Amino acid sequence: MSALVEIRDLWIEGRSDEDWSPIINGASLTLNKGEVLGLIGESGAGKSTLGLAAMGFTRDGVRISKGSVKFDGIGLIAASAAKKRELLGKRIAYVAQSAAASFNPAHKLIDQHTEGPVQHGVMSRAESMKDGIELYRRLRLPNPDQIGFRYPHQVSGGQLQRAMTAMAMSCRPDLIIFDEPTTALDVTTQIEVLASIRDIVEQFDTAAIYITHDLAVVAQMADRIKVLLKGDEVEEADTRTMLAQPKEEYTKSLWAVRAFERPQKPAVHTGATPVVSVQNVSAAYGKVPVLHDVSFDIHEGRTVAVVGESGSGKSTTARCITGLLPPTKGVIEFDGKALPANYKSRSKDQLRQAQMIYQMADTALNPRTSIGDIIGRPVQFYMGLTGKQKRRRVEELLDEIELPAAQYIDRLPSELSGGQKQRIGIARALAAEPKFIICDEVTSALDQLVAEGILKLLARLQDDLKLSYMFITHDLATVKAIADEVVVMKDGEVVEQGPKHDMFVPPHHPYTDLLLSSVPEMDPDWLTNLLNERGVDNIGDAAVDKMT
Amino acid sequence: MTTLLTLALILVAIAAGGWVLRFAGQKATGNAPAFRDMPFAVAFGYVLGACLLMFSVWYFFQPTTTKSGVPNAGVVFFRWAVQFFIISAIAAFLFRALGRMVGTRGTKKMFRQMPLTASFGVLVVILYALTAIFAAWLAPHGQEEVFAKVNVLPGGNAATGGDPLHPLGTDQIGRDLLSRLIYGAQNTVGIAFVTTCLAFFLGGSLGFLAATLQGWLDQVLSRAVDVLMAIPSLIFALLLMTIASAWAGSERWLLTVYMIIIIAVIDSTRVFRLARAVGLNIVVMDYIEAAKLRGEGLGYLIFREILPNATAPLLAEFGLRFCFVFLTIASLSFLGVGIQPPLADWGTMVRDSAQFINFAAFSPLTAALPLLAAGAIALLTVGVNFVVDWMLHRSSGLKE
Repeated sequence: MSALVEIRDLWIEGRSDEDWSPIINGASLTLNKGEVLGLIGESGAGKSTLGLAAMGFTRDGVRISKGSVKFDGIGLIAASAAKKRELLGKRIAYVAQSAAASFNPAHKLIDQHTEGPVQHGVMSRAESMKDGIELYRRLRLPNPDQIGFRYPHQVSGGQLQRAMTAMAMSCRPDLIIFDEPTTALDVTTQIEVLASIRDIVEQFDTAAIYITHDLAVVAQMADRIKVLLKGDEVEEADTRTMLAQPKEEYTKSLWAVRAFERPQKPAVHTGATPVVSVQNVSAAYGKVPVLHDVSFDIHEGRTVAVVGESGSGKSTTARCITGLLPPTKGVIEFDGKALPANYKSRSKDQLRQAQMIYQMADTALNPRTSIGDIIGRPVQFYMGLTGKQKRRRVEELLDEIELPAAQYIDRLPSELSGGQKQRIGIARALAAEPKFIICDEVTSALDQLVAEGILKLLARLQDDLKLSYMFITHDLATVKAIADEVVVMKDGEVVEQGPKHDMFVPPHHPYTDLLLSSVPEMDPDWLTNLLNERGVDNIGDAAVDKMT
Repeated sequence: MTTLLTLALILVAIAAGGWVLRFAGQKATGNAPAFRDMPFAVAFGYVLGACLLMFSVWYFFQPTTTKSGVPNAGVVFFRWAVQFFIISAIAAFLFRALGRMVGTRGTKKMFRQMPLTASFGVLVVILYALTAIFAAWLAPHGQEEVFAKVNVLPGGNAATGGDPLHPLGTDQIGRDLLSRLIYGAQNTVGIAFVTTCLAFFLGGSLGFLAATLQGWLDQVLSRAVDVLMAIPSLIFALLLMTIASAWAGSERWLLTVYMIIIIAVIDSTRVFRLARAVGLNIVVMDYIEAAKLRGEGLGYLIFREILPNATAPLLAEFGLRFCFVFLTIASLSFLGVGIQPPLADWGTMVRDSAQFINFAAFSPLTAALPLLAAGAIALLTVGVNFVVDWMLHRSSGLKE
């Protein structure tokens, strides 16, 4: 039997400024019918480009310079537009990372679902609608008979991602390409989508290419894994072999990322004044209440991780502490003294003591200001240093965050990588010489290796400078790595709080338990075991809904 | 009926031509992707374009006078247009080639990536600026100087009613048109530039202020702008100018100052809208939040954090707004309330010789008189818009 997809020695180039630079250097892959191949690598490794190339498609400004792509014996690179039109959507389908951006917001889900089958003449509109409802049922979407008649903005992110998978299935393709379908989702939502995707791919014996940067996810989904690094193929093996005995150094480093964990610090002796103390804080956006009676303390040199899903009120708590959103009830104390509720009434020194590092380094740094000026501004503003002294301090700070000063001081943010930008954000916070820093999802937009570097840097700075962190995250692996204490939030309330080692050992609050059990593990049987143990209806959003 | 029938026949012929082109291309190139994946509409477009090109060439070489000795005005104007187009294209090409050879690395790179339209626009803007600055040296005569010969035709050829002393002719009271055109650049373009700058200063600073502070100040400013924008701008300007001319009395220069202020205020409403919208998108960024939490003042926020990130859209709007201001001034002058005689102004010049356009069928040269000043206005507008398009394209980060 010949393979379904055969890519041989494929070279792809992308246009940058005036010449072409390589994106994929001679990749080859074979995919048999009904097989799932996981493509993993960091951002810029060329995973998406290779995935799209398997459809014979390249993005604008990208071209295939050499090699062949064969789908079921048909050469896709040389195929005519008409021939490709016949294949794409009907025999090859694509599921994008952001379902919200991929659906047309002006049409109902089912209308978009039926478009493909009707266009390709596979089914009539009525048949395809019936089939769509059946697929929604199989993907365990709530209320499958009616959900298709909603508009994309009326369903949640996880449901939309499943509707997108249903749409890809509408013509019963032989191959589906999943491009990071769960990256933007919360853990409890992710697990549901993963389970549905895996089921439906198995049921219809569809071959799939699953692109992701998350190893634990790919371990659940793929039969074989292929690792890419900067357009080069690192290694390929079936999932179990790959997880048990990775051959290459790079693969091993990817596998080892999750090993970073700080030792638990001794408990704070009772009676010590916390650096920041949040006391019975409630807050509201307009008339909508978002926080209810939130209290926790952050002590000197400690990291408090605030964990929860999107909408649980983590970032709102941070906004209350910084004074951007004055609480409706309760106080924030700093070093034992109450802070004014609004940041506008705080003194310069109060503002200096609490700094913030943001999730998206792209929007947190002014794109028109050089690195030297970004870091230099707080130095000048708070410390009053100018000229040579200021420059020397900026160089010291760049040194502190492990970037060579001479090379970076005059660059613009756009000339840096994501991890470097995040380091600049850290340096800007340090420039104010604060006691307390709020880290708002600082690693969630970064690749795992880069994120680990940032976490290690933050840990070192904490030890050197006795900093206190409030670490907002939804990623429990990050919590494990850096936290001393953990606060679990849900719907604007603190569900559970305590030292880290207590949190990761049962008994848990049921919500903490659900969060913990939803984090994918590197074990390829993890999802299967979990489903057997709990049953389909007791995972993900369904389980969250039962709790309330 | 026959015209419609002919038109239909031509369309059918072109459609057939398109099909033949695609088929022949596929056969001749062995089914190369360019012909294989060519939609029919594209093939149709190619043939239609080729037909139009052939017709243009044929029309260009028609005789300029008919057998009965009457000038064939259509052909004459068409030839002028084509010649002007070709000369502009060559000038733009040479200018770009020059820019690629001299200058710093940055400007060389800029010229390398520049489309021909943009280099034409830049060239036009530079030429106009130079003309405006050095008008007193460039103009052969003064703008108010009156000569004995009136209504000399352009061309400088005595046989066709011209005069070598006045290469572009003279107006009804005998003033040299070339000199007046050159001085017009100074007056019209200079005043338009000052007005646009004022409009941007007003609208921009208020817009950013509204975006940063929001709340009641934003409401008051925005509603005030709504009220101003609800009145048709040219009619509003005319109304205010009538009042202003009563205030100014015999002081004519004062009227020009009033005009600058009136147009600047009316146009600043559009700038306000843009600056506010752009500013609102920027103030939600995390770096603004970081600056606010640092305790920065309003001035720092607006000038150091917001303004640098709003320059691209504002510059593009500056180009467009400049054209509108310029056209408003020309229209007001045309209506008699703008720049006052004897100062040379393109709008006034068009008005003074507007009736000559009626002679187009008998004497194309006579009809060219009002077209000179109108052409000067049109050329600058087109040039500035080319530059603006290019800047918008660059700031949007699109490639190709």
